[in-house]
Parts: sequence; C-alpha cells; structure tokens
Amino acid sequence: MNPTLRNPLLFAAVAALIVATGLLNSWNVALNILNMGLISAIMALGVNMQWGYAGLFNVGVMGFVALGGLGAVLVSMPPVAEAWAAGGARVLLALAVAVATIAGAVALWKRLRGRRARGLVLAVFLVIGFFLFRWLFDPAVAAIEAVNPAGTGYLGGLGLPVLIGWPVGGLLAAGAAWIVGKTALGLRSDYLAIATLGIAEIIIAVLKNEDWLSRGVKNVVGIPRPWPVPYEIELQDSAAFVARMQGWGLDPVSASAIVVKLLYALLFAVILLALIWLSQKALNSPWGRMMRAIRDNEVAAEAMGKDVTGRHLQIFILGSAVVGLAGAMLVTLDGQLTPGTYNPLRFTFLVWVMVIVGGSGNNWGAVLGGFLIWFLWVQVEPIGLWIMEQITAGMAEDSAIRQHLIKSAAHMRLLTMGVILLLVLRFSPRGLIPER
Amino acid sequence: MDLLNAIVALANFVIVPAIAYGSQLALGALGITLVYGILRFSNFAHGDTMAFGTMVTILATWWFQSLGISLGVLPTALLALPFGIVATVALLLGTDRVVYRFYRRQKAAPVIFVMVSLGVMFIMNGLVRFVIGPDDQRFADGARFIVSAREFKAMTGLREGLAIKTSAGITVITAIIVVALLFWFLNHTRTGKSMRAFSDNEDLALLSGINPERVVLYTWMIVGALATIAGVLYGLDKSFKPFTYFQLLLPMFASAIVGGLGSPVGAIAGGFVIAFSEVTVTYAWKKVLRYLLPENLEPDGLVQLMSTDYKFAVSFAILIIVLLFRPTGLFRGKAV
Repeated sequence: MNPTLRNPLLFAAVAALIVATGLLNSWNVALNILNMGLISAIMALGVNMQWGYAGLFNVGVMGFVALGGLGAVLVSMPPVAEAWAAGGARVLLALAVAVATIAGAVALWKRLRGRRARGLVLAVFLVIGFFLFRWLFDPAVAAIEAVNPAGTGYLGGLGLPVLIGWPVGGLLAAGAAWIVGKTALGLRSDYLAIATLGIAEIIIAVLKNEDWLSRGVKNVVGIPRPWPVPYEIELQDSAAFVARMQGWGLDPVSASAIVVKLLYALLFAVILLALIWLSQKALNSPWGRMMRAIRDNEVAAEAMGKDVTGRHLQIFILGSAVVGLAGAMLVTLDGQLTPGTYNPLRFTFLVWVMVIVGGSGNNWGAVLGGFLIWFLWVQVEPIGLWIMEQITAGMAEDSAIRQHLIKSAAHMRLLTMGVILLLVLRFSPRGLIPER
Repeated sequence: MDLLNAIVALANFVIVPAIAYGSQLALGALGITLVYGILRFSNFAHGDTMAFGTMVTILATWWFQSLGISLGVLPTALLALPFGIVATVALLLGTDRVVYRFYRRQKAAPVIFVMVSLGVMFIMNGLVRFVIGPDDQRFADGARFIVSAREFKAMTGLREGLAIKTSAGITVITAIIVVALLFWFLNHTRTGKSMRAFSDNEDLALLSGINPERVVLYTWMIVGALATIAGVLYGLDKSFKPFTYFQLLLPMFASAIVGGLGSPVGAIAGGFVIAFSEVTVTYAWKKVLRYLLPENLEPDGLVQLMSTDYKFAVSFAILIIVLLFRPTGLFRGKAV
C-alpha cells in the first residue's frame, strides 16, 4: 500500500480505537485517553527531534517532563506573601551566590591556566562559596517552610496565567538540557544516555525534597486552568449551559465534564498541530537536511565544515524544550504537581516506545506512536487482568498462586512494553510510518 | 581520648559502610565494564540483571529456610548464591541468543545496542516484579554483627562504638575473593587472555583465530556471576527492592566511567571513589567534629553537606567532572 493511503488509514485506525472506547466504555475515558494521547504525542515529537533528526539518545525524558511541570507551578500559582516576607529575598540571594560561585570557579579555572596552585585555589573558592550559600540558604528555607506548612509552606508562584507557564516550563527544561549537553555531547554516544539518566534522577530528587520550591511530596494542588477551559461547576451554574444541554437531552453534570475535556483537547490539538507544522518546516529546510546528514555520517558532515557538536547541542536543547512544554501541559491537565508519580518507566521508556513504534525520524510517526502506545498503556492493564483471571479460573478462589498472579497483573505492562520495543526494533526498525 | 573517639566514630559511620558499599559498587561496575570492553555497549539492563539474580537467590534462600537448612552464623543466602548465579547466567545467555546476537552480526551502532539493552531492562524489571513483587524483601539471617557497638565499647572503654555488620564483613571478603579469581582468570588462562585480546583489538584477535562467540559466551557467564554476587551482597547489606537496583545503575556507571570504561582495575577504583564520596558528602559530621573541636566551637547544625536524598547527585557530579576533565577516566579506559 502506498504511504499516502496507508498513513491516514493508520491514524483512522487509532481514532477508531478511541471512539470504540467511547462507545463501549464511556466518553469520559475516551476523552482522557485522547488528552493524554495529545500530550504524549508532543513528548514523542520532542524525543523524535533528538533521536530521529540527530541520533541522540536521551534517557532522562522524565526529568525534562518534571521540570516543565515545575515551570507551570512557578508561573501560575498565587504567590505566598508571608513566605516571601519570611525568606524569599534570602533564598534568591543564596541562589545568586551559588550561581556566582560556579561562574567564578569557571572564570578562575580559565584565568589560572598553567599556575601550579590552580586546583587548591579553586577548591578553597568552592568551599567558601558553598558554606556562604548554606549559611544564607538554610535559615531562609526553614522560615519559608514554617509558614502554614499544611497549606502552603512554599514561595508560591507568580500568579500569572498558566498558559505563560507552558513556555517557561519549556525554558527550564532547555536550561537543564544545556548543562547536560554541554558536558556529555561530543563524547561517545553512550555518555549522553548515562548523563541524562543522572540528571533526571536528580531533578526528581530536587522536586521531592525542596519543599520551599514546590512543596515536595506534599504536592501542589489546584493549579489554575488555562484560559478557554472553565471549571465544571461554573458550567453547571450557568443557566444558559444547563438549558442548552437539557435541550439536547443531556445530563448537565456529566455534559460539563465532557465539555471541559473537549476544550482541553482542542487547546492541546492546536499546540500539537503548530508544533508538527514547525517541525516539518524545520525538517525540510536546509537546517533539517544538515541535521540528517550529520546523523547519517558525522565524519562527512564535519569534513563539510559543519559544527557537529554545536548542532547536536542545539537539537538536544530544542527537543528537551518541547518535552518540557508537554510536561507543563500535563501538570495543567492534572491540576496538580505530584513529584512522587514521576517514574522512569512511565515517563522515559514509554515515550521511547512511542517514538520507535511510530517511526523514528518521522514526525507523523512519532505522533501516531504517541496516541497508539498511550491507548495500549491504558488498556493493557485491564486486558492483562482479564487474561490472568482466565488463566487462573480453574484454581481455587483462595489459592495463593492465583492471588499472586492477579495481584501481579499490573506488572504485565512493563513486560509488554519491553517486548513491543524489542520486537519493533528487530523486525521493523523503521516503525509504522517510516522516514522517507 | 577524644581523638580516638573521633576516629572510631568516623570508622563506624563512614569508613566501614563506604568500604562495604564500595565493594558492592565495584563488583557491579566490573560487570558493566566487561560488557563494555568486550561487547562494546553500555548495558542499561545491568541493574535489573542484579535484581534478577538476587531474586532467584532470595527464593532459594526461602526454600532452604523452609527445609531448615542454614549456615549458622553466616546468612543462608550464601548457600543459595549458586542457584542465583546459574539462573542469571542462563537468563543472560538466553537474552544474548535471542536479542543481542542479531545486532552483533549486523554490526549495529553502539547506540542501538544501548536502546536494545533498555528493552531488555524493561523485560527483566517486569519479570522480577511479576515474580517477587515491587516491595522490600529482607532475607539476611544468621548473626547480625561481627562486632557490635556495645561489645566494642565494653572492650575498649571508649564512648563511641564500632559496629561491623556480618554483611559488611562478608561483602569485603567475597569481593576480594571474586576479584582475585577474576584477575587470575583474565591474566593466566587461555580464555581470559583471549578475552583481553578481543577487548584490546577485535580485528587482531579475530585474525589470530580467537572464536568471538566463545569470548562473548564467557563474558556473559562472568557478568552473570558478578551481577548476582553484587546484587546479593547489596541486598544482604541493605535490603532488596527492584526499584533500588534500577537506581544503582547511575552510581555503577559513574564508577565504571571514573575508572575508565573497559578497565577492570578502573572499575574497582571507581567503585570506591564513588562510595567514599557519597558517604562523606551525605554524612552528618557533627558527631566527629564534636570530639575534634574545642567546646565553644561545637557546631549547631548536623554539619551535613547534603541530605542523603541527594546521594545520586554526588555520583552525577563526579561523573560530570570526569567527563569534563578526563573523559577516558582515571585508568585510561577505551571510550572517548
């Protein structure tokens, strides 16, 4: 079948799966899958830029997703005036000292080139900077976290619309990507994988432990909704909405939930389409051709005068920013930031499966993979449970093996995703929608 | 007296735990470095290989315990270890046959291997969670301490006690034996020499008639044994939880890279560098400083440089520093 016919058919098939869920199960579930599918598709787009365009292996997707979420929180939550008064300025000063120490150390290192005392001077400088930082930082954090710890206990955000938080989340992710890329790119390809694995763990550790920043594992809840999306209760209170829904023969309460989800879907779809358009433009521009040339033969591209490491850094930052944007959207959709729920299997490896299955190097493939794999991820669990129940149906109700198998059905997901990844890599490495 | 107390406190809270942890990391990093040197990729599934081996060992331990067999003061797990090793080696050889061999024949790029190992990791992780569940399992039995803090205090009359856990003692002794055996094997046997030749220069090794499949076979067998031993020792010392073993990947990779990927000596040195840095940075120094400083200078806080939640940050920071200043590692590994 030729691709012009095949690709729309593939998308139609995934759409049919989601619609079937709506008809058989409930429209609420179907719309949840659709919304998460849209966000997953954006994450897959970001990873596809890194892997598909440039062959960079990012094992820290989770960290960039979480940083995006932090961006949304820091912009949209109302500021806690009391906490700012208690220690806001001091924390900012402490962070400035930390940044200045690192910048100063780099400058010193360059300035003292060739001097024998270089290492010693640098060490003394860093130790002094560190203790100054802790001396400023610790009391301020204690003061902030003491302000109404059950309700706030953190600095809050800027109180701006959450839509502004989305690009900010992307910027935060881009900043982290710059640090990692600057050190690990230009070396062996494995090093980037290991370094991103590390930065992701650290970002999650920071989110879990720095209560003054984002309340840690106490979670930030009640993140405001983006501009066109109303709260369900507002719709139910609006006489016009209730009258219209009743006019269509719908229950206003359940209809309000559907309308909210549809509006989210619309908003996400606009962003996804814009990103696809931009990525396609970039991929088919001279810049995109250069990227693919570098990916396919680094030595030849370098011989043509292309700055391979520089281009890699650029695309790594761009891709991470897109992933961060998706992370901010995810937090907005959930209405909360819960650092405890970020785990690498769900947020790193699942996105990778999406890209590989969809077709690395092809934006439409990544998007398709995003929808399809998210659908499977949601549906595999009940299917696995059902299979387990069938297998164990012959056993006694209180059999230990049966109980263990049914309890373990949840872990079938990991196994299934791993098997899918390996099968696709082996038998169809170009994915469902291959790069031309 | 105060100085002695300070030294004992330091030994109790920093040196002994760091030596035990360092030995475990070194054994883990050796596995990573061997795979890297001979199969030429970073094996992301190594942490979960360790988890698998430990899981089988735990199941065998439980079986022995139910039969009433034990080793007295030593943990029963030592008796069950061979079962774990055999199962892990079988799993690794099976994985190689089904998964890796195809890509080896294709001469796939290293990054493809890394991604494939990620898929393998997924499956092993799922397998472990499926069989034993995601929760904490403790399986250490036998005597808990070689020297307990109270005995030590009674013996020496110092205010600080020095406790040496049985698991720490076993870890160090086992690590020394295993490393000695490994180096003897690599340096003095025909197969070991051919493995080193293959790692140094694949083409020359092939030219001189070394059978690559045989080298790969032995590598996986050694890696399976190392991973299981490292995993069981870590589990005896702390506890077994599948997710913790996945998280061990970062310090183990950091150890292997600090030492120089592909260099066995480097992996051991790297393991201790990482372990000592991690423990010293996350240790609350108040207890030691209290003895060393005059009364009026006694610190108010815990004098902890970083909370233990950030121990990964230590491995990561060391990794970054090594990548920036000496990407081939301390012992000049092969990767650039």
